[in-house]
Amino acid sequence: MTGPALLSVEDVSVNLPTPRGNLRAVDRVDLSVGAGRTLGIVGESGCGKTMLSRAILQLLPKKAMLSGRVMFDGQDLVRLDRERLRKLRGRSLAVVFQDPMTSLNPVLTIGTQLIETLQEHLELDGVAAKMRSIELLAAVGIPAPEQRLMQYPHQLSGGMRQRVAIAIALSCEPKLLIADEPTTALDVTIQAQILDLLAREQRRRHMAMIIITHDLGVVAGRTDEVAVMYAGRVVERAPTPDLFKRMRMPYTEALLAAIPKIDAKPHTPLPAISGRPPDPTRPLKGCSFSPRCRYAWAQCQIEKPPLADADSPGHQYACFRPLNTAVGAPA
Amino acid sequence: MMQPVSQPVSGDPLLRVENLVVEYPVGNKTVHAVSGVSLDIARGETLGLVGESGCGKSTLGRAVMQLRRPVSGKVLFDGKDLTAMQGDTLRRMRRRVQLIFQDPIASLNPRRRIGDIIAEPLVIAGVKDAKKREQLVHDVLAAVGLDPQLVIGRLPHEFSGGQCQRICIARALVLNPEFIICDEPVSALDVSIRAQILNLLEEMKARYGLTLLFIAHDLAVVKAVSDRVAVMYLGRLCEVGPSEQLFAQPAHPYTALLIEAIPVPDPDVRPAESVAVGEPPSPIAPPSGCRFRTRCPRADQRCSDEMPELREVAPAQFAACHHPLIGAA
Repeated sequence: MTGPALLSVEDVSVNLPTPRGNLRAVDRVDLSVGAGRTLGIVGESGCGKTMLSRAILQLLPKKAMLSGRVMFDGQDLVRLDRERLRKLRGRSLAVVFQDPMTSLNPVLTIGTQLIETLQEHLELDGVAAKMRSIELLAAVGIPAPEQRLMQYPHQLSGGMRQRVAIAIALSCEPKLLIADEPTTALDVTIQAQILDLLAREQRRRHMAMIIITHDLGVVAGRTDEVAVMYAGRVVERAPTPDLFKRMRMPYTEALLAAIPKIDAKPHTPLPAISGRPPDPTRPLKGCSFSPRCRYAWAQCQIEKPPLADADSPGHQYACFRPLNTAVGAPA
Repeated sequence: MMQPVSQPVSGDPLLRVENLVVEYPVGNKTVHAVSGVSLDIARGETLGLVGESGCGKSTLGRAVMQLRRPVSGKVLFDGKDLTAMQGDTLRRMRRRVQLIFQDPIASLNPRRRIGDIIAEPLVIAGVKDAKKREQLVHDVLAAVGLDPQLVIGRLPHEFSGGQCQRICIARALVLNPEFIICDEPVSALDVSIRAQILNLLEEMKARYGLTLLFIAHDLAVVKAVSDRVAVMYLGRLCEVGPSEQLFAQPAHPYTALLIEAIPVPDPDVRPAESVAVGEPPSPIAPPSGCRFRTRCPRADQRCSDEMPELREVAPAQFAACHHPLIGAA
């Protein structure tokens, strides 16, 4: 990572009390993103990636217990009072969620929602806010923006709604944009358009971005760094090219192998990962991935592997039997 | 209207769809969900059907089952026209055709035990012997990789999405059908679980001698399981062909666009910048001529005047385009 981090997540854990006992959703995560950089957080449902993003935004459920620090632009968000936090969110810290139908208010027009954000955070007057809204909608590729201002979310397609949500998120020139599964609900052709749009706006605004996804394909060409999460922990973290070329964590390898390849022959059996992730209310003593790991040996069941440095810069992994290494190379 | 397309099929097709038209009324307008689709599926074949949301692929699947009655056209299953059947005759026929849906949790009744859910098709089919039903349920659960003893007495909420999809597959298989329509069976599942379910479907296909119509929006998933692929856009077929050939040399610009839009998990492959232009128009007022022309880089006057028919552009590969990417125009 070059330059000082804009956001650094330091030793963050999130615990949720449930009827079945304590659920450790995020387990001692450290991450950072510099200005103008893109971090991808990859993992399957239930791995804690969304809880981590909510911990950054301080939008955790009421009962959740958070520990650690979230340093953003020199202040610790965990210790910030509600009013200052509210000012920060939407202004310097913006978010785009997976489902634009639920993140937009269905009974307000697109215009009202955009103009409200601009007036609230930038203290623009009505006319200026309206002008700016039209510019923003045009910038995210919405045709006839002036007419769209009068429309309600249900009158737009899923892709258009996501563009509106992005326009709202970008409206106050945020320093950091968190995109939580921004294209999961969309078709492939629209997915490509939305990811292009995010990348273009990021470059233009020199904004930092976190893309949260379950699809390694989405992060491959579009991020500087990737963190892979499993059962609440970051299990591998590396600059994107390094991660794909020299992955160490067997889980990352398995995740990549399980994706159907477009150049594979039809009816090729897929290397599936057997079993499923562990119950988060019943944490394992050893490595959480060990029951599903084809390389696991005795030590993996007894002890939790720490997140250790690999020999390439910025690359870390949590595994006793890493891939692509001479020492302890999997048989 | 379109001629039924002759397609590379060995022997009689198990399913033949001829000029199928399905429309929905919306207020005083009409949604043209499926507009004259013809296709054949051979016995033992898997035909993949891809397209974006709203292209009519699920409606097509439902119309095959007669869950949505088509406006016109024929659905010949094993030579018999399902559209002409009603009541008991249709119900008996339907035992040979089963459906698997996208959301496995929503398609299981949350208040019924797994054993009862899977036995229900047998009860409806008139298998009166409880012992026999129990045995069949037992066998099919074991076949889909679940432990019958542990599963039968439980409720759906006790299972994960992947396990629920296994249960749905078991329910579809229990009547020993010949044909299964899989409507986005893995879209709701995580990558690691998705591979398990795709492998299971392939295994079950071999074991039970099934023919599959595999509907999905993810081309890589479709390619992984299909012998042939049909690409649908706004109610019409754009292209049909053998999977590998279609991916290696797409003829229809829309197929090419779909292939380019797939994110590749390789950082050296730079994503192609904005390959896709715009969004599909409304199926209430589809464009004249070729329905893809409003997003097509090759479109000209002819494309708006004249609807392209499916024609053979390469051996066994058919495309409905005036300006195909391969073959003579």
